[in-house]
Amino acid sequence: MSSILTVEGVNKNFSGLKALDDVNLVVEEGSVHAIIGPNGAGKSTFLNCLVGRLVPDTGTVLYYGNKPEGETLFGLPPHAINQKGISRVFQTPEVFEDLTLFENAMIPVMAHLDGSYRFNSWGGVLSRGEIADAAEHILSDVGLLEKRNMHSGSLSRGDKRRLELAMCLAQDPKLLLLDEPTAGMARADTNNTIDLLKKIGEERKITKVIIEHDMHVVFSLATKVSVLARGHIIAEGAPQEMKGDARVQEAYLGGAHL
Amino acid sequence: MEAVFLQLLNGLDKGGAYALIALGLTLIFGTLGVVNFAHGALFMLGSFCAVSLQKVLSMSMKVRDESVTFFEAYKEVPYLEIWFGDAGKALIDWTVPLALLITIPIMLGVGYVMERGLIQRFYKRTHAEQILVTFGLAIVLQELVKAYFGANPIPTPAPEIVSGSAHVGAWFGLSDAIVYPWWRLIYFLFAFAVVGAVFAFLQLTTFGMVVRAGMADRETVGLIGIDIDKKFTTVFGLAAVVTGLAGVMYTPVLPPDYHIGMEFLVLSFVVVVVGGMGSLPGAVAAGFLLGILQSFASMTEIKSILPGIDQIIIYLVAVIILLVRPRGLLGREGVMED
Amino acid sequence: MNMKDNILVLIFGAVILTMPLWAGIVGAGYPDLLQKFAIFGLFAIGFNILFGFTGYLSFGHAAFLGIGSYTAMWSFKLLTMNAIPAVLFATAVSGLFALAIGFVALRRSGIYFSILTLAFAQMCYNMAYSVLTPITNGETGLTLTATDPRILDAATTEGLPSTELFGMGLSGYNGFYFCAIILIIGFYISVRLYRSSFGLMLLAVKSNQNRMKYTGLNTKPYLLSAFVISGMYAGLAGALMVVIDPLAGAERMQWTASGEVVLMTILGGVGTLLGPFIGAIVIKYFENIFSAFNDAVLNQVFGFLPDFIQGIWVSFASLFVGKGWHLTLGVLFMLIVIFLPGGAMEGFRRIAAKFKKEKEAHSAGGAE
Repeated sequence: MSSILTVEGVNKNFSGLKALDDVNLVVEEGSVHAIIGPNGAGKSTFLNCLVGRLVPDTGTVLYYGNKPEGETLFGLPPHAINQKGISRVFQTPEVFEDLTLFENAMIPVMAHLDGSYRFNSWGGVLSRGEIADAAEHILSDVGLLEKRNMHSGSLSRGDKRRLELAMCLAQDPKLLLLDEPTAGMARADTNNTIDLLKKIGEERKITKVIIEHDMHVVFSLATKVSVLARGHIIAEGAPQEMKGDARVQEAYLGGAHL
Repeated sequence: MEAVFLQLLNGLDKGGAYALIALGLTLIFGTLGVVNFAHGALFMLGSFCAVSLQKVLSMSMKVRDESVTFFEAYKEVPYLEIWFGDAGKALIDWTVPLALLITIPIMLGVGYVMERGLIQRFYKRTHAEQILVTFGLAIVLQELVKAYFGANPIPTPAPEIVSGSAHVGAWFGLSDAIVYPWWRLIYFLFAFAVVGAVFAFLQLTTFGMVVRAGMADRETVGLIGIDIDKKFTTVFGLAAVVTGLAGVMYTPVLPPDYHIGMEFLVLSFVVVVVGGMGSLPGAVAAGFLLGILQSFASMTEIKSILPGIDQIIIYLVAVIILLVRPRGLLGREGVMED
Repeated sequence: MNMKDNILVLIFGAVILTMPLWAGIVGAGYPDLLQKFAIFGLFAIGFNILFGFTGYLSFGHAAFLGIGSYTAMWSFKLLTMNAIPAVLFATAVSGLFALAIGFVALRRSGIYFSILTLAFAQMCYNMAYSVLTPITNGETGLTLTATDPRILDAATTEGLPSTELFGMGLSGYNGFYFCAIILIIGFYISVRLYRSSFGLMLLAVKSNQNRMKYTGLNTKPYLLSAFVISGMYAGLAGALMVVIDPLAGAERMQWTASGEVVLMTILGGVGTLLGPFIGAIVIKYFENIFSAFNDAVLNQVFGFLPDFIQGIWVSFASLFVGKGWHLTLGVLFMLIVIFLPGGAMEGFRRIAAKFKKEKEAHSAGGAE
C-alpha cells in the first residue's frame, strides 16, 4: 500500500517548550489513522503541522496526494491546501450558520468545480443544475435532505457535524482530517457520527486522520493507531494491539496520576 | 537645529491632546471592549464646559459709562465685576482653569449616563453596531451643542498672565527668537500630568489593578469572581473625565465649535491604532509621536519635497503600521490583530 | 434570477419611472428631490453590496463619490458635455481607485478595515483640498468654464455649456429620468449579483470565513471584487451628481458623507435588496421636508394649543427641524441601531409576521 502523507523527524518548539520531539509517521492511503494521546501531548500542534498551518523547526512533511514524488505544504494558505484535496473537520463544527443547509452544501460543490475563486456573477446560482444535484446528493448521503431549507445555525451539534462532513465529502477529498469529531457530543450523537463515518468509509475510499480522545470512537473506526505523548510517538500499531499495550496505559494513566 | 526644535515644540501640545483622547479611548476599548465613536463628542463637551462657565461668569448688565461725559453712554459690565471689583475681574480672567473644577463632576455624570443608558446595551453586540450607535450619539451631542451655542467657534482666552509667549529658545541656550506661547506649554505639561495621574491611579490602587487585569484578560477576571461589569461604569466615567479635561484646556489653543470633536475623533482613532489597540502606553506614545510628526511634516522644507505631506502624514503612518505591524507600536501580540 | 426577481425589478422600475406622476401627492414632486432619490439610492444599493453582503463596514465610500464627481467634471471639461462618457469614465476611474484602496484595506478585517478605509478617505479629502488643487480646484470646487477645451464639441456650444445626452438637455425631469434609468440598471445588477454563485460566496464570507478558507475558497478576491463593484456604484453616483449640477467640491468626500450612506443602508435594512434604497429615499425625503420647516410653520402646526404650551412645543420641535435636521437624523440612527438593527425591512417583516399570527389566531378561534 502506498503512503499519502509522510512525516519525518519533525520538531517544534514554542518558546523553549518542546511540543513535538522528532516525530515520524506514515499515513497509508485508504487507512483510518487515529492519533491518540493525553491532553497536552501535542496532538493539535501535530495536526497543524500536517496541514502546513505551522511550520516545524526541523523535519519534513510530504503529501503524495497529487504528485508521486510528494510535495510540501508549508506556508500555503488554507484554501490552497484544501484545493490539493485535504479537507478538515473542526472540534466545534464550522458551517455557514446564516445560510440554509442547501446553500451550505452548494458552496463546497462550487469550490470543487470552480477552484478557489471564480467571478461568476451573472448566472443565478441555481442555473447550473449539476451544482444543485450534487448538493442534494450529499445532503441525502448524510440524511439531511429533508432539512435543506433550514438555516444551519438552528441545527443540533450532531447535525452540524453531519453537515460539516457532508461539505467535506462534496469536495471529494483525498485526505480527511478530523479533529476530535465527537468532542462535546452526547452519546447518541457520538454513535450517530461513528455510524456515519463508517458508512462513508464503506462508500468512498478516503484516507482519514483522526485526532481523538474518546477510545470508543478510536476503536470503532481506526485501522491504525499512533500514540502521542509529550511530543513523542510512543507506540504504533493496529487498534487491538494498542488496547493492551503497557506503554499506552502508562501514558494515559500516568498522565492521570500527574 | 533651531527649526527642528521649534517643530518639536509645536507638535507637543497637539500631541498632548491626541494622547489624552487616545488614552480615554483605549481605556474604554481595553476594558469594556467598546469602540466608542462618540469619544470626540466627549472632548467637545469638555471644551463647552469651559464655554458655558465663561458665559455664566461674564453675565453682565448695562451700566452708565462714566468715562464718556458729553452724552449718555452705556457699557456692559459683568455682575462679578460689579459685586467683587477686581477679584471678580480676576475670576472671569481665570475661566479656563476654573472650568477644570466643574468639568470633572460634569464629565463623570455624562460618562455615567452614557454608559448606563446606552453603552451597556452594546457590550455583546458587534463592533460594527457599536461604531454605528456611538456615531449616532456623536451626531446627536454635537447637534444639541450647535443648537444652543451656534455654529461659530467661541473664543475662550487663557488667563492674562499666561497670554504671552515663553522664550523657550533662551532657556536651552538657543536663539532667543524661538518663542512658544505659554498656554501651549502649559497644555503639554498638563497632558503629561494627567497621563501620569491616570497611570498612577491604575498602578497604585486596587481598582486600577482590577482594571489592568481586565484589560489583559477579561474572562479570567470574570472567572475569579470579580464583578468587572460594575467597574465598567467607573472606567467609562474616568475616560470621559480625561477626555473632557483635554477639551477644556484646549479651548485657548483653538476656539471650540460644535464639530471640534469629530476632527479629533478620527485622528485619535488613528493614534490608538498606531499605538496598539488596548495599550495605554502605546496610546500616549503614539499621540505625542504623531503630533510631532505632523508638525514636522508642515515644515516648508519638507513640504517642498513632498507637497501635501502634512495633510496626510498621520493617515499614511496609520496605513503603514496597520499593514506592517498590525498590533501597533506597543500592542500585545494577538490582541485584535485580524 | 427567478420569476419573482424579474417581477421585483419590473415593479421597481415602474415605480421609479412613474415617480414624477405620483410623488407630488406626498410633497416630493420636484425634479431636484427625485434626482437625489435616484442618486443616493444608487449609492446605497452599491454600498450594500459590500456592507450588506460581506459584512465589511467601510467608512470611506464618500471618497469614491468624490472621485466619480471629479472624473465626470474633467470629462465635461476636456471631452464633451455628453453625459455618457462622463458616467463611464467616472465608473472606471473610481473602480481603479477602489481596486488600489481595497487591495490594501482588505488585508485587515473588522474595525481595522473600517479605520483603514476611513484613513484613505480622509487622505483623499485632505489632498483634494490641498496639493491636488490643480485637479480639484480646492475649496471653490471644480466648475465648468467657457474656456474649457472640450475637444469633441467645443464648436457647438456657446457661453457656459450645460450637460446633455446627444443633444437633449439634462436639467429637470430629463435629468431625473437619466438617473432613474441608471438606478434601475444598478438595481437589476445588484439583484443578479445577489442570486449568483458570486453573491452566495459573499454571503458565505459574512457567515464564516474560516469554513470558507477550509473549503478551498480564497476570500480575498471575493472581497476585493465586492469592494471594487461597490466603489464603482459610488463613483457612478458621484458622476450623476455632477451631471445634474456640474459642480464638484471636496466636501462630498468628507467622512460624514460616508456616515450618511451607512445610515441609509442601516435604516432601510442591511443586506436586503430593497432596504438600502428605501433608506436613501426616507432620509432624503425627510431631509427635504424637515429642512423646510421653520418657526413660522411650527407655530401654525401647533397653533391649536394654548399659547404657553405652544411656545414650549415650538421651541422643542424647532430643535429637530430646519437646521436641526441632523439632530433628528442622529436620534433616528440610534433608535434604529438599538431597537431595529434589521432596519425598515426587518420592521415590515415583523409587522407582516404579526398580522399573519393574528390571522391564524382568528381562524383557529373560528374553528373552535
